[in-house]
Amino acid sequence: MPTLVSHPEEVKVLSRRFGQGAAEIDKYVELDGYKAVQKAIESGPEWVINEMKASGLRGRGGAGFPTGMKWSFVPKVSAKPKYVLVNGDESEPGTCKDHVIFLHDPHAVIEGTMIAGLAIGAKMGFIYLRGEYRYLLKIVEKAVADAYAKGYLGKNIFGKEGVDFDIVTQTGAGAYEVGEESALMESLEGKRGVPRIKPPFPAVVGLYGGPTVINNAETIASAPHILLMGGEAYAKIGSERNGGTRLFGISGHVERPGVYELPMGYSLRKAIYEVAGGIKGGRKLKAVVPGGSSCPVLLPDEIDVGLDFDQMGKAGTMLGSGGIVVLDETVSIVEFALRTIKFYQHESCGWCIPCREGTDWLKKTLTRFYNGGGNLKDINNIQYLAENMMGRTFCPLGDAAAMPTLGFIKKFRPEFEEYLKGVRTEKNFITTDELVGASH
Amino acid sequence: MSTVTNSIFSSATAARFDHLVTLYPVKRSALIPMLLYAQDEVGYVSDAVVAELAQRLDLLELDVRGVLSYYSMLRTKPAGKYNVQVCTNISCMLVGGYDILDHCKAKLGIGHKEVTADGQFSLEEVECIGACCWAPAMQVNYDFHDNLTTVKVDSILADYAAGRGKDVK
Repeated sequence: MPTLVSHPEEVKVLSRRFGQGAAEIDKYVELDGYKAVQKAIESGPEWVINEMKASGLRGRGGAGFPTGMKWSFVPKVSAKPKYVLVNGDESEPGTCKDHVIFLHDPHAVIEGTMIAGLAIGAKMGFIYLRGEYRYLLKIVEKAVADAYAKGYLGKNIFGKEGVDFDIVTQTGAGAYEVGEESALMESLEGKRGVPRIKPPFPAVVGLYGGPTVINNAETIASAPHILLMGGEAYAKIGSERNGGTRLFGISGHVERPGVYELPMGYSLRKAIYEVAGGIKGGRKLKAVVPGGSSCPVLLPDEIDVGLDFDQMGKAGTMLGSGGIVVLDETVSIVEFALRTIKFYQHESCGWCIPCREGTDWLKKTLTRFYNGGGNLKDINNIQYLAENMMGRTFCPLGDAAAMPTLGFIKKFRPEFEEYLKGVRTEKNFITTDELVGASH
Repeated sequence: MSTVTNSIFSSATAARFDHLVTLYPVKRSALIPMLLYAQDEVGYVSDAVVAELAQRLDLLELDVRGVLSYYSMLRTKPAGKYNVQVCTNISCMLVGGYDILDHCKAKLGIGHKEVTADGQFSLEEVECIGACCWAPAMQVNYDFHDNLTTVKVDSILADYAAGRGKDVK
């Protein structure tokens, strides 16, 4: 069971009900639960969208698209039913924030889904959890059933004539790619999780061909808090153009790993050294992967940067999913790069050739390199392969594999070169047979 | 009464499937949960499971197999009674995920995707399971075990071997 952590620097908005038994509906209601959605019903869709726009909330899945704007793109009138889709297919390595939300505050996700539905005129929402989160699915299923029993879901919710909303929970069955919005829709339609071509965007043609708002679970769970405290007040907590707080999962070589809620724009250095207690065992910091494994790596002298979408972009990396992975001086970057690319090779859905072949050749080359069969040309080849994957695929998985690879090569080229001189002989990582043999 | 006569599933699962297909605007949407729940009951996705799910959803068996082959949690061969899934992705790797995997291999005497001779345990190296801040982590029959050490793994495996382990199917 995930342990809850706490630090005085935290600003608890989204996590304020964590650890208080708010998975039980009565407790949730006692802690201001389901007030925001009733306010939304009274005040109407325009008010909701304006508050969301004022909040400066940006998509917590990783892309950082302004949520209020996303909701406003959905056409008012549609011949086909509209849907709200919650992306709880949390699979980006280094990321476990939605895990904690589903565990401690499932009703916030449900209430947020209803709010999104009211804002866009949808009558149905889906909450999609990755298959591995079976115990969390049960918690969410119970929460949904409790909400139906109270009359918060179904027909005439909260006793309001003509206001209907239904929620269906759904499980995945193991696929990182399904975290991509259009692949998730395919999966929810009972198909292989391959991405769709865009445009049309989901706001116009989404699930079952209807206009669809798809948001990350954390984004959705933020909505009730925003409506309760007001969009502007929420925006003020964060940094410029990055409203509010965010759950940051700090893992790897830190003294106190955990999921912490920090204001947007909070210093990455402070997050590592103060909030998470610094590097384990007092060792030296070597690198930080700041927002899930697809984000380009940062060096120790690059971490004086604010944790928001814009500042991280300027620093040449991404805020991503908020999963901060900390590497100490003992880590071999060659080994780390191989493990990263092995993941993307495994998860590439195979739809686009640059990604399918690119990740495969990157894995093969890095495997050979790691096992002592590499040469100097490999380093340029790895870079060349990764550069040729960038921007050439339907969905961002190809980029997600290429970007960290380019980061490792660019920032640790001397280490790759050194590696060729004194190849490590111990095989404490994984053998070539296991790596290459398993998938061929 | 199930819509499929001679269902291979227990009456509870058959009833659950009858209900599942009514939840969505398109009944094919029930396919992935059905595959997973069928696997939980049968142990793997057998030919008979494929045939019945195709019949229930008015799909070709080919459609079902196409989906089945895509998702990594679905398998077409039996796993052990207790399926041990060890994460070795970056956050786990940094804090000994591979030591945990190696320990499980040695302890159970099996490798990746293998089953012990008595059918009690199977082992899998898996990608990130979303327990990064409590790494290293593994799942046994969907139940999470985190902050692992080899000593802790021994006691977890012993619990399952003695039938005391948790199963969140």
